[in-house]
Amino acid sequence: MNTSIYEKPLPQPDPDSQMFWDGCKEHKLLVQQCKGCGTHRFPPDSMCYICQSRDYEWVAVEGRGVIYSWIIVHYSPHRAFSRDVPYAVAYVELNTPKTIRMCGNIVNCKNEDISAGMPVEVVFDDVTPEVTLPRWKPTK
Amino acid sequence: MNNLKDKVAIVGLGWTRFSTNSGVSVKNLALESCKNAIDDAGLTVKDVDGIATYNIGDSVSPYVVATGLGLPELRWNIEYFAGANGATSTLLTAACAIIGGLADTVLVFRAMNGRTGTRLGGAGMSLNTTGIEQYCVPYGLTTFPQAVAMVARRHMIKYGTTSHQMGAVALTCRENAILNERAVVRSPLSIEDHQNSKMIVDPLRLYDCCQETDGACAVLITSADRAKDLRHSPVYLMSGTHGAGWQSGEFFGKTTAFWPEWDELSETYARTMASELYGKAGITSKDVDVAELYDCFTIEPIVQLEDFGFCEKGEGGAFVESGAVRRDGHLPMNTHGGLLSEGYIHGFNHVLEGASQLRGDAGARQIKDAEIALVTGYCGPVANAVILRR
Repeated sequence: MNTSIYEKPLPQPDPDSQMFWDGCKEHKLLVQQCKGCGTHRFPPDSMCYICQSRDYEWVAVEGRGVIYSWIIVHYSPHRAFSRDVPYAVAYVELNTPKTIRMCGNIVNCKNEDISAGMPVEVVFDDVTPEVTLPRWKPTK
Repeated sequence: MNNLKDKVAIVGLGWTRFSTNSGVSVKNLALESCKNAIDDAGLTVKDVDGIATYNIGDSVSPYVVATGLGLPELRWNIEYFAGANGATSTLLTAACAIIGGLADTVLVFRAMNGRTGTRLGGAGMSLNTTGIEQYCVPYGLTTFPQAVAMVARRHMIKYGTTSHQMGAVALTCRENAILNERAVVRSPLSIEDHQNSKMIVDPLRLYDCCQETDGACAVLITSADRAKDLRHSPVYLMSGTHGAGWQSGEFFGKTTAFWPEWDELSETYARTMASELYGKAGITSKDVDVAELYDCFTIEPIVQLEDFGFCEKGEGGAFVESGAVRRDGHLPMNTHGGLLSEGYIHGFNHVLEGASQLRGDAGARQIKDAEIALVTGYCGPVANAVILRR
């Protein structure tokens, strides 16, 4: 666990997202699945966008996907991130279900080696005792 | 179907100076631009009974402007909390208020100290990690340039769009700004300058980003009947649309945007919306003489040229590079220099430029015989645009 002081902004869970972040803390990638029609959804919400059911359960997904798009931040106006430039942020499209995209950093990879469609898998970074952020590394 | 075509007209245009340091309050800018628009129409504050504006909490309300101008009565107003989805839609909403009889003559304005006050590029903003931003800000996706860079990359991935092609957008705008005394940047720009400019967020370089600007602009609109006898030839609102596609997601957070639900980042809702926009105006994209396209970043006009039907999907970059959108091309674009070079008044300066071209008083930058203008605001999962005619 990283014991240095973590100075970056941390997610502020809300009633819809609390379970997602709790899952991350347990190193599980949880998304909602509608009990009415089976649709998976992320970001979390209180209603199914397909069948409008309000019944859902949290299910773990595999945490493998491909890079859908990415950026390399060379200048950040925010001090919390300016010391990290250049750093990579990507939209990752999960393999299962493909309809879900998550945002995160690409780690264990040189910025110039990142490419579209590159397979990645989740790694859980315990940035504080309370908060774990999912990030993404190339799948070997 | 009910249609607002040609029922409302722009009759007055008002600008303040555009600069990187206005030295005055946003309220001062708002009042000056509104008074200029009233004067331009040859009317007085007694003729104005409605005010509409949009902002992100960085400006002044219609009540403040009504009080400052000394309006006898504010019969109708709206203050839309919006990004550049308000750029043309605020005008559209005000036109609907006139048609509905809620007001007769309405000021629509956008005033901001976008460089010395709230900077929409993110500088000086405190970071938010609630709502949609809890899923992107912790990773350092914290600004709009970064959010749009993600769109640009996706367009490059799907269609092979290049940084050179984005540079061609910047050059086109700059060529026009050189002819525009109001523009905040008027020095010549070469493709080498663009390619050598520092990377802000790959794939966007410095000259892919618009100018943070202090300034304001306003239009005065009224019914087509009342517009007939005023100082300038009226500029009629032919049609307008403003909405969002299926699973557009939360449009924006406080400092950035993340659209996990939007099906394809390289496409915008304009692709769906355009047929209604043109259909209600009774025209096709071929009838558009000038296009004032929202250009917060160079990728935006490229995607919009495709999605508003001026070229095939994926060919926007090549279309710009071909010179088609230069002032001597068949679709002159951002004839004032756009947000990239005239200045960033959150897209509302595009409305004034479109109207000015149609009135034929755009001076050195006038496009000959411009009869129909397309003016757009931000287009992504959400979109907004109007069609104007002389």
